[in-house]
Amino acid sequence: LDYQHVQVPFEITLWIMLASLAKIGFHLYNKLPSVVPESCLLIFVGLIMGGIIYGLNDRSPPVMDSDIFFLYLLPPIVLDAGYFMPSRPFFENIGTILLYAVVGTIWNVFGIGFSLYGICQVKAFRLQDVSLLHNLLFGSLIAAVDPVAVLAVFEEIHVNEKLHILVFGESLLNDAVTVVLYKLFRSFCEMPTIKSMDVFAGVGKFFVVGLGGVLVGLAFGMTAAFTTRFTKDIRVIEPLFVFLYSYLSYLTAEMFHLSGIVAIIACAMGMKRYVEANISLKSHTTVKYFMKMWSSVSDTLIFIFLGVSTIGENHEWNWPYICFTVIFCLVWRALGVLVLTFFVNRLHVNTITGKDQFIIAYGGLRGAICFSLVFLLPDFHRKKLFIAATTVVILFTVFIQGMTIRPLVDLLAVKRKRESAPTVGEQIHIRFLDHLLAGIEDISGHWGQYYWKDKLEYFNSKYLQKILLREYDQPKSSIVLLYEKLERKHAIELAEAGQLGHAPSHPSLLNDNRTILRDKKLEDALNPDVLENIQEILARNLYRIRRTGPAYNRHTLPGETEHVEHTKEILILRHRSL
Amino acid sequence: VSHSQITRLYSRFTSLDKGENGTLSREDFQRIPELAINPLGDRIINAFFPEGEDQVNFRGFMRTLAHFRPIEDNEKSKDQNGPEPLNSRSNKLHFAFRLYDLDKDGKISRDELLQVLRMMVGVNISDEQLGSIADRTIQEADQDGDSAISFAEFVKVLEKVDVEQKMSIRFLH
Repeated sequence: LDYQHVQVPFEITLWIMLASLAKIGFHLYNKLPSVVPESCLLIFVGLIMGGIIYGLNDRSPPVMDSDIFFLYLLPPIVLDAGYFMPSRPFFENIGTILLYAVVGTIWNVFGIGFSLYGICQVKAFRLQDVSLLHNLLFGSLIAAVDPVAVLAVFEEIHVNEKLHILVFGESLLNDAVTVVLYKLFRSFCEMPTIKSMDVFAGVGKFFVVGLGGVLVGLAFGMTAAFTTRFTKDIRVIEPLFVFLYSYLSYLTAEMFHLSGIVAIIACAMGMKRYVEANISLKSHTTVKYFMKMWSSVSDTLIFIFLGVSTIGENHEWNWPYICFTVIFCLVWRALGVLVLTFFVNRLHVNTITGKDQFIIAYGGLRGAICFSLVFLLPDFHRKKLFIAATTVVILFTVFIQGMTIRPLVDLLAVKRKRESAPTVGEQIHIRFLDHLLAGIEDISGHWGQYYWKDKLEYFNSKYLQKILLREYDQPKSSIVLLYEKLERKHAIELAEAGQLGHAPSHPSLLNDNRTILRDKKLEDALNPDVLENIQEILARNLYRIRRTGPAYNRHTLPGETEHVEHTKEILILRHRSL
Repeated sequence: VSHSQITRLYSRFTSLDKGENGTLSREDFQRIPELAINPLGDRIINAFFPEGEDQVNFRGFMRTLAHFRPIEDNEKSKDQNGPEPLNSRSNKLHFAFRLYDLDKDGKISRDELLQVLRMMVGVNISDEQLGSIADRTIQEADQDGDSAISFAEFVKVLEKVDVEQKMSIRFLH
């Protein structure tokens, strides 16, 4: 038995296998994911595993190595998020997102840091040796909202596109701020004295980290696009370039102490358009599937490891500190969201409602990033306290907030509902008006950002496309591409059926030879059974307005949602009527 | 309408006007990708063009969009004697009504309703089911027994709905 020889890859594969089997297990029970978010279940599995290992070996189970997390587990998730991020709503709301990410995070960090320092001053808690700097350091790592946890929970609740993009974008971009503040405070801890010059240097560093990350990402993205221009004859390795370049951008950014997450997002968003035009359709599908697969595995592993690492002797339980940490996290986030939203609503007409604010505040989940950062702290004697506090905060946010957010959202929505169910006529007319408004809004265009978007489009068509695209022709929007694909498919179907006439492909559109007596129909319409049937039909089949669904979903590919099916149907119908 | 809004609208108008001749044609509208997948896309486009014409100038463009200006509180009380502003509730509803009523006879007939329904609902609904939905809609709204929905009946159906909010563009002040 040569276990030593294969130990490392064997154990890794076993963990991944465990993660995947756990995932299958959850989806076997249909009811479970709707009550308990998947992330909770995964942590639970991790806790069990950790307990087993602890019991067997009688020592603490392997703590998740921060390096493994930051170098191997986090990049696939962020890449997946960046690649499938719908760029239009993201850039529409970029101002708000940046405001929440930067100002909000700074607010949270200082708020939590200072208030915890205040708590430490209370003699009864025996916490006097935790200095202000330590508290600020702790604040910087605990304040950041975590994209992994947010993604996991927000999939369960269906919020509108704008809200989704706000919280999601914020959780991705606050990495830059977190990195800077964390490193800043850590270096301050080691320095004997702190001059104001150092503080200014810190502020400057923030801009460097953020913008540097974007530049690095874009550079790699453009290079990737350029490379794919020449891959016509070796289609098989095309998907590899996408992943290699993105990962390289992440590593390069980390090497220069810039924000890796921002870099990888910039890389993905930058190269997506050109790469998709250059690589073959099959490679494209491969890229999408692999990305989803890797990010799913990473996601699962992170949560399981979180559970495993919780068990053990790494904690110092000082309950007052821990409780106040949790409370302050909630309070400061809520305050931050309120204040910032007040400013945002003054500037934009597109107001963020109270319900939205609640979701943003309550949806500020902490996750594995905080956990890893706390393990990276230098060893000082209060480190275990911080570890314990971080663990409790993460568990609290993921479990309690994760599980209750859905019922609370439903509760808030129910309060606005009318007393009587809308009549059929109302439903139809309301949907009609919604479509009408969506159309008018599209015609009237999106203010402000349109100027920059036009400029970018101009730059794009004049220079970038010539360099980066293999076949330079008129840029086609995804709608047109979809339309062309449908046309081709339709033509092939017709040819195969041997008909050149206008043959309807859906039997339901065929006009049967049934004679329908109008009087009889009216009588039937009065029947309550028919009414219920109608309501059900409408609820299931009315096309959704463009903006009411989440555009990004962890578990399904973009082309497979029902929204796209509807889009295809609409296009087919319009074409027939032309 | 403030000066800055007019400027913005004008820049949007010119960016849509690819032919740069100061008017928009139907093709210019059809180039907007999101409109292509809007079930009511064609009808909305037609609403911009006056009877029988194929080009719309900026004035017409603005006029149609003015229906969707949000109603401000201070507007409700002033100028009771003047002509009703384009974005009043009644005019907004009239605009929507005109999108249903293609033959402009002042009534939404069963066929016109069926056409709109077919556009908004998937292909999985049979004609029969669609017919019963249309019948139900007419039956709920019809008060004078002509088996069609007149404008007054249309208004009555939507009286509980916050039409002012539903038909206001959210980024125009």
